[in-house]
Amino acid sequence: MAAIKPRISVEYTGNATIVTFTDEKILEEKDIQALQESIMSVVESAGGGINLILDFCNVRFLSSAVLGLLIRISKRVYQHEGQLRLCNINPKIYEIFKITRLTKIFDIYKDLESATADLSEAG
Amino acid sequence: MVLETPSSYSVVVESRPSAIGEVCRQILSKLQGNSFSEDDIFAVHLALEEAFINAVTHGNKMDPSKEVRIDYSVGADKVEISIADQGEGFDPQQVPDPRVGENLYKPDGRGLLLINSYMDVVKYNEKGNRVYMVRYKEKPELKTDIINRMNRGANNK
Repeated sequence: MAAIKPRISVEYTGNATIVTFTDEKILEEKDIQALQESIMSVVESAGGGINLILDFCNVRFLSSAVLGLLIRISKRVYQHEGQLRLCNINPKIYEIFKITRLTKIFDIYKDLESATADLSEAG
Repeated sequence: MVLETPSSYSVVVESRPSAIGEVCRQILSKLQGNSFSEDDIFAVHLALEEAFINAVTHGNKMDPSKEVRIDYSVGADKVEISIADQGEGFDPQQVPDPRVGENLYKPDGRGLLLINSYMDVVKYNEKGNRVYMVRYKEKPELKTDIINRMNRGANNK
């Protein structure tokens, strides 16, 4: 596992790139900006067809600015003909996704195992 | 339009997104002290962050010469918060629904929806530069509610 910046850890498996948010709370604009730079560089360095999984296992609180970050990441991933999946979102945060109807545009999985289950084709 | 003004505590902070941190800690600590649930605390935390960011970015437009005033009171059964900026105000009715059409794919515009979803009362002053929000403490489910729900379930079969 390689630490890219303090806010995320990145793990490369055979067919997926797993980015885990390391902070419990993601709120501040400068943190979100740092996250964006880190994750975008992961997407860019992977080239085309990245299978990116964002793991929220450590995250207990986030604001709507993080939702904006996720949308920007998803657009970049899809530009590169990749796939984006989210996993390990705790129930309180999942409620935010439901209220904003972002459950309709993000592929959300219960855990990392299910998120990586059928990713053998691309990568 | 007359607004209720929670007057127990009043804090003025600068127009910087992180300036809410200390006030937020104080309010959430008082909620814990008054036995508000984890869901209540999460809801108030989120609404507070969203309303403050709106005040700083949309209201005061990050102008360092402008300030944000936060009034709040935490009681046994409810928390009241008002957040006022020194901007020109806005009409909340004109804010597009972020859940509809192309808006769903836009990176911003979800703050008001979350505030409205997580707080029980949300009102703006006429100018639109001050929001007043209330969250009532979650009540434990009464036995009669459980019985009524079971009866409704039985009737539906």
